[in-house]
Amino acid sequence: MAKKNVSVWTSIPFWRRSAAWVTGFAVMLLIWLSFDTLGQISMGTDEDLKAGTTKRVPAPTVINYNIDYKMDKKRGSEVPVIGAKEPFFGKEWSVEEAADLLHLGKLTSQAKNCMNCHTLLGNGAYFAPDLTKSWLDPMWSATGPMQAMTGKPTKEEAMAEFLINPSQYPTHARMMPNLGITAEEAVGLVAFLKHMSSIDTNGFPRNFSKTVDQFKVGGTNAR
Amino acid sequence: MLASIKTNSLTNEGQKLGMMYFRVAIILFGAQLLMGLIAAIQFLVPGFLFEIFDFSVARMVHINALVVWMLYAMIGSVYMMITDETGVETVGIKLGKLGFWVLTAAVTVVVLVYIFVQVGAGTEASIWLIHEGREYIEAPRWADIGIVVVVLIFYWNVFASYMAGKQTGIMTVMVANLMALAGLYLAGMFFTDNISMDQFWWWWVIHLWVEATWEVFVGTLAAYALIRLIGAKREIVEMWLWIEVLMLFGSGVLGMGHHYFWIGTPEYWWEIGALFSALEPVPLIAMFVHVLYDWGKEQGMAHGRGEEGNVVTNGPAMAWIVTNAFGNFLGAGVWGFFHTLPQVNIYTHGTQFTAAHGHLAFFGAYATILIGMMYYGVQKAHGVERMAMNFKSKMGIFLITFGVLGMTVALTIAGYEQVLVERAELGGTWNAFFIAQELPWYIQAQLWRTIMGVVTLVGFIYLVWDLLTIGKESQKEEV
Repeated sequence: MAKKNVSVWTSIPFWRRSAAWVTGFAVMLLIWLSFDTLGQISMGTDEDLKAGTTKRVPAPTVINYNIDYKMDKKRGSEVPVIGAKEPFFGKEWSVEEAADLLHLGKLTSQAKNCMNCHTLLGNGAYFAPDLTKSWLDPMWSATGPMQAMTGKPTKEEAMAEFLINPSQYPTHARMMPNLGITAEEAVGLVAFLKHMSSIDTNGFPRNFSKTVDQFKVGGTNAR
Repeated sequence: MLASIKTNSLTNEGQKLGMMYFRVAIILFGAQLLMGLIAAIQFLVPGFLFEIFDFSVARMVHINALVVWMLYAMIGSVYMMITDETGVETVGIKLGKLGFWVLTAAVTVVVLVYIFVQVGAGTEASIWLIHEGREYIEAPRWADIGIVVVVLIFYWNVFASYMAGKQTGIMTVMVANLMALAGLYLAGMFFTDNISMDQFWWWWVIHLWVEATWEVFVGTLAAYALIRLIGAKREIVEMWLWIEVLMLFGSGVLGMGHHYFWIGTPEYWWEIGALFSALEPVPLIAMFVHVLYDWGKEQGMAHGRGEEGNVVTNGPAMAWIVTNAFGNFLGAGVWGFFHTLPQVNIYTHGTQFTAAHGHLAFFGAYATILIGMMYYGVQKAHGVERMAMNFKSKMGIFLITFGVLGMTVALTIAGYEQVLVERAELGGTWNAFFIAQELPWYIQAQLWRTIMGVVTLVGFIYLVWDLLTIGKESQKEEV
C-alpha cells in the first residue's frame, strides 16, 4: 500500500511479524517438550525391572512379571503395578527373546490391521473393545469365561488360541474375523498386549480395576 | 455430458492439471462414501460381508480414500491458483503432469492391494508392500516413498513459480505452509516396537496436519477464493490471513498436547493440551466472521456504487465456502472442544464421540471448501463469467450437509451412551464395551447414522451430476 498505515492494527507487516514470532515460539516449545517426553517414553531396560525402577514404558522382559492396575491415591488414578515374576507361556524369556517376541507382536498388530477395528491406547476404530489393558480384562482371568471356552489352562494360551481361531469362539453377534494369525504370531501378539498393559497411561481407561474386582465377586459386569 | 469432463476453455497448463486432480478427487470421495456405508451397515448387521470384506478393510479404505481425495483436491486447488497469484505459468509443469500419473497409478495399486490382499503376515515385508496398519497413514512404505517424490515435484512447481513470479502474501503463506505440511509426513515413516513412541510421532503427522497446516491451508484458499469470487480487497484479506496464521499455529501447534493425555506420555501434557486446544476454536470463529463480513461489505459497497445484483460470481462455490466457514467452526471448533479437556476426555477417548467429531470436522473444515474450489475450477474450465446455483447444486449442498450433520448428531448420541455406560459405569472392559454396544439407544443411533449416510450419498450423486453439467448449462445461458 502506498498510503501510510493509520494504525498498527491494520498493518500487514505487524501481523506478519507477529504470526512468525508466535509460530516460532510455539514450535520451539513443542520441540523442547518433545525431547523431554521422548526421554520419558523410551523403553526401560531389564535392569530397571530387576531394580524395581518405574518406567512409563517398561522393557520387553516385563512379560516375565505379573502386572496389575491399581488405584494410586496420590495420583488419583489407576497405575500399572509390576509384581513378582510369573511364567509366560510356561517359561522365562531372556532379554533377546523378549525383544524379538515384542517385535514380532508389534509387526503383526500392524500387518493384521488391529487398529482399524480396535483402539490401542484409545486410538483406532470403535468397532471392537479397547486393547490398552486387555491383558488385565476379567474375560481372560481364571474366573472368566474365555479360558474355559478355549480349553486352555492359562490366560496367555487362551488369548493365543482365540487369536488363531477367533470366529470359533464367538462371544457376541459381532465377531472377530479369522486373520490368518499363526501360532507364533499369536504368542507375539499376546506379548505385545501384555507389554502394552504395563504402560503408564495416566489412568486410562479409568475404573478398569474397579470392574475387575466386581467381576471377580460376580458383580454388575458379569452378566 | 462426458464432453464437459474435457477442460475446453482453459489455456493455463497448471489449471488443466488442477482439473485432473479434481476428477480423481471426486472419484475417491465416492469411494469413501461407499466404504463408509459398508462399515455403517456392519455395525447393524454383524454378519454383513464377514470374513469377506471385514470392517477393518472397509474402514481402512474409508479413511484412506478420505485423506487421499483431500490431498488430491488440495493439490488441484493450488494448481488452480498458482498463475492467478504469481502471474506466471506454472514452472516445471511437464514434470508435474508426470507426477500426477505416477501418483494416480500408485494410489490405484495401493487401493487394490487393500481390497484384495487385506492383511499380511507379521513381517517387515507386509509393512513395505501391503499396508502399515497405522490409522490414516496406512499406505505401505513403498508408496510412502513414492508420495514423497511426487510431493517434492509438486512443491517444486509451486516454489519455482513463486520465485519466478509475484510474491503475494497469500502465496507466501502457501509456500511456507506447504513445506511444513509435506515435511511432517516424514514423521510417520518409520517402525518402532514401542507403541507409545509410535503414537507420539503418528500424531505429529495427523495432528499437525488437520489441526495446524491443513487449517492454514484452508485459510489461504479462503483468502484466494474471496478475492476471486466476491472481489474482496487483497489488503484486507491478506491481513486477515496473517492473523489467522498467528492464531491457528499459536493454538494448534501446542494443542497437540490433547493427543498426549493417555498414550504413555507425561502428565504435563494435560495442562498444555487443555489450554492450547481450548483456544483452537478462536481462529475458527474469526474465519467465519471474516468470510461473512467481507461478503456483506462487498455487497454493500456494490449497492453504494449503484450496482444492481449479486457480487458473487460463482454461487455454488460461494455457498460451499460459507458452509466451510461455519462447518469448520462447528465441526472442528465446537465438536472438538466438547471433549478436549482431560477431565472429559478420559471418558470420551476412543468412543463414538471421536467419530462424531471426525465426521463433522473433516467435512466442515475441508470437504466443503475443496468442493467449492471444484466449482470454481468448473467455472474457469468453461470460461463463464457468472455461475449461479441451480436445483442440482442446491440438492447437492443441502443433502450432503444435512446428511453429515445427521450422522454427527447420531454418532454423538451413540458416543454419549458409550461414555456413560461403557466408561463411567462399567469401566471400559470387553464386557462393558459390548453391553454398551448392544443397548437399544446405541443401536438406534447407529441406524440413524446409516440412514443419514444414505442421505449424504444421494447428495453426492447430485453434486457429481451438477459438477458435470453446470459449466455447460451456464455457458448456454451466457450465450
